[in-house]
Amino acid sequence: MIRFVALRLLQTVPVIWVIITATFFMIRFVPGGPFTSERAVTPEIRRNLEAHYGMNRPLYRQYLDYGWSVMRGDLGPSFKYPTRTVNEIIAEKLPVSLELGLISLGIALGIGLPLGVLAAVNRNTWVDYVCSSFAMVGICVPTFVMGPLLILAFAIHLGWFNASGWYQPIDRVLPSTVLGMVYAAYVARLTRGGMLEVLSQDFIRTARAKGAGETRVILKHALRGGLTPVVSFLGPAIAGIVTGSFVIEKIFQIPGIGREFVNSAFNRDYTLVLGTVLLYAGFLIAMNLMADIALVWLNPKLKFE
Amino acid sequence: MIRSLRRYAALIAPLALLAGCSRSALPTEPTDGSAAGEASRPRQVLRYGNGSEPQDLDPQQVQGTPELHLIEALFEGLLAEDPKDCHPVPGLAKSWEVSPDGLVYTFHLRENIKWSDGVPITANDFLLSWKRMISPRFASEYAYLVYNFVKNAKDYYEGTITDFSQVGFEAPDERTLRVTLSGPTPFLLKIIANHYAWHAVPIHTILKYGALDERSTAWTRAGNMVSNGPFMLKEWLPQQRIVVVRNPNYWDAASVKLDEVDFYPTEDTAGEERMFRSGQIDITTDIPISKIAPYKRDHPEELHLEPFLGVYYYRCNVTIPPLNDKRVRKALAIAIDRDALIRDVTRGGQRPAYAVSYPGTAGYFPRAQITGTLDDARRLLADAGYPGGRGMPTIQFIYNTNDNHKQIGEAIQEMWRKNLGVNIELQNQEWKVYLDNQHTHNYQLQRAGWIADYEDPHVFLEIWETGNGNNDTLWSNADYDRLLHEALQAKDDAVRYEIYQKMDAILVDECPVIPIYYYTKTYLMSPRVKGYWPTLLDTHPFKYIYLDN
Repeated sequence: MIRFVALRLLQTVPVIWVIITATFFMIRFVPGGPFTSERAVTPEIRRNLEAHYGMNRPLYRQYLDYGWSVMRGDLGPSFKYPTRTVNEIIAEKLPVSLELGLISLGIALGIGLPLGVLAAVNRNTWVDYVCSSFAMVGICVPTFVMGPLLILAFAIHLGWFNASGWYQPIDRVLPSTVLGMVYAAYVARLTRGGMLEVLSQDFIRTARAKGAGETRVILKHALRGGLTPVVSFLGPAIAGIVTGSFVIEKIFQIPGIGREFVNSAFNRDYTLVLGTVLLYAGFLIAMNLMADIALVWLNPKLKFE
Repeated sequence: MIRSLRRYAALIAPLALLAGCSRSALPTEPTDGSAAGEASRPRQVLRYGNGSEPQDLDPQQVQGTPELHLIEALFEGLLAEDPKDCHPVPGLAKSWEVSPDGLVYTFHLRENIKWSDGVPITANDFLLSWKRMISPRFASEYAYLVYNFVKNAKDYYEGTITDFSQVGFEAPDERTLRVTLSGPTPFLLKIIANHYAWHAVPIHTILKYGALDERSTAWTRAGNMVSNGPFMLKEWLPQQRIVVVRNPNYWDAASVKLDEVDFYPTEDTAGEERMFRSGQIDITTDIPISKIAPYKRDHPEELHLEPFLGVYYYRCNVTIPPLNDKRVRKALAIAIDRDALIRDVTRGGQRPAYAVSYPGTAGYFPRAQITGTLDDARRLLADAGYPGGRGMPTIQFIYNTNDNHKQIGEAIQEMWRKNLGVNIELQNQEWKVYLDNQHTHNYQLQRAGWIADYEDPHVFLEIWETGNGNNDTLWSNADYDRLLHEALQAKDDAVRYEIYQKMDAILVDECPVIPIYYYTKTYLMSPRVKGYWPTLLDTHPFKYIYLDN
């Protein structure tokens, strides 16, 4: 296993390098730049600005400099928020998205798994239909509809919550519910599918024949295998959920990293784009690795290779 | 709809109970100790929806509207603005004189003016601030509002002279400032009053965090920042909240009524409206168009549609046929039913624009107007060789991705098709792509707008000078350029405005841009906010604002 992890980590180095390189040049070749504004910047001012950010030097030099500073862990200053560094912005915003993401993940698993299991066990009964309908609704209703609806009901009409913001613990409730519901729906569907497949297999029949109780059969024998599709889904999903959801963060005015990820591209904030892409890539790779490890643990047929 | 929602709400209610909570309003209690001695009076906290997150709070470094509002609370210039009509009134300078030739301005600072940390403000602070503003290494985006007018300042900015004492700034003594201009600038006092480019910054604080001309140091962070306006910075949580509290060292602190202003970033207009409706903020920065009618009907006291000093227009690239022919441009300009557009599409109480200059800018009303009937427009088009629109190639029209621009574009597209037989093709582009195409003249017809930095008709006319960085039409007219320079030499405003009339007439005749409407500022404000008057520049000095509890 150590060999497996070490090997995989080694593979990430070229992957990250390719991502940095591709992003660096792609964002540079997009029309417009950080100083493109509605009000034209006079040529003298533009010259001085570019000199300040080292953008008057050849592109390959800027690329090498950036690579060198990334290796030292310095992601550079932001163009859009000039008094802040990208490191600082990530350090400030990532915890917010992490918190939102983890609460949502808790909601997603807490609701999705039981619903999925219930649906599978009671296949083609009303329980299954209720659970599956919930999942369908969760998947079909977009967050930008559910978010404002919940705000309308709970913040404006009932007055229980703030309409937006991220100031007190109570402000976590609405956004994490909305985000959690979407993932709960996927988790429920995947759990149901996985469970159905496992429940029809021989070893389940064997377990039942040996006189194991139904609860034991489901929780001990079936669930482990039934979770396989959920786990493969959760790897990239966790990376997505904890690195922030642009839509949720925008609707609820949450100071998370998801908004920076999208807005930095609109602002042509070169360094912040690279920083957030790097962060997201890192998370994605790490989560996929963890999902792979978990899959091997869940499925005895797989081996670390 | 709402009733069914309530039923739905009952289903999910336990979730809220889980969190163990009742509604928690945003803090309205004191967030600092200063109110302790004023227990008799309820604390006055204004909660202000401020659009996007400010880039910085350094008055010499920022550009946007959210920043403008913050700077307004934190700083005061030599001159301040009247809260009702923005005209210059004494600020940190108690008086000033202008030499008869209009080239030398002398300002006399008040006695006992201090920074928020108690350090006295001197003429030298202004001198060094101006030096910082026009330092090439500092690269301030608004430097041109200073160096365009002051003697030798542009040479200093471009590095051709390095001796700052040659620039037209002097401080004969601690309380006096003398500014020598490169040419008469009749609106200089307005720039100083309406814009922050001329503000002093706390040099003693700035030098603690870096060199004088170093960009983006930590001096604007909460805890570090020192200012000289009615309020001072207390807290800055990016994308969450900026809190400014009353500055006890402000020279006119006694007339400041608010104890605190909380600025909330509200990028999403729909979300901002929900914040307003749930009582989280007292003023919004905007309102979704779809919400204007419901507010008009149900809460007219909260809805504000006020004139705003800006013009919305379509810009023509005058080098590409068929828009290289002024008859075509004029025909297009005539064939827009602006009243219908405003009534049915923009719906924000805008005023139709038949000239580029904003009527009533510092008493200036453009006389030349785009007039004519549809028959006139068709005749112009026929004269240009496109009778009934026949033979005219489809015109590519670009706008930045936005529903409002799209709807306006579609309405005008239909008007031109129906009235003239002219076809345009709408193309939306992402903001920076769109701007890049504008600045590189890679377009035929483009939606655009111009909002004034200070209140003077010069603002709307200077940009159409040949080669002006904001012209971007490639239109050039020697008479127009000559008149622009003549206007600056005019002995008084009456003469100057007559010259502007001629310039507006040229613009109406040639139509390098097709004016469509004059902006309104549309926003929501709680009726308990007082001392907040509609102004053309949308600036509202915070020291006059108070809450009627």
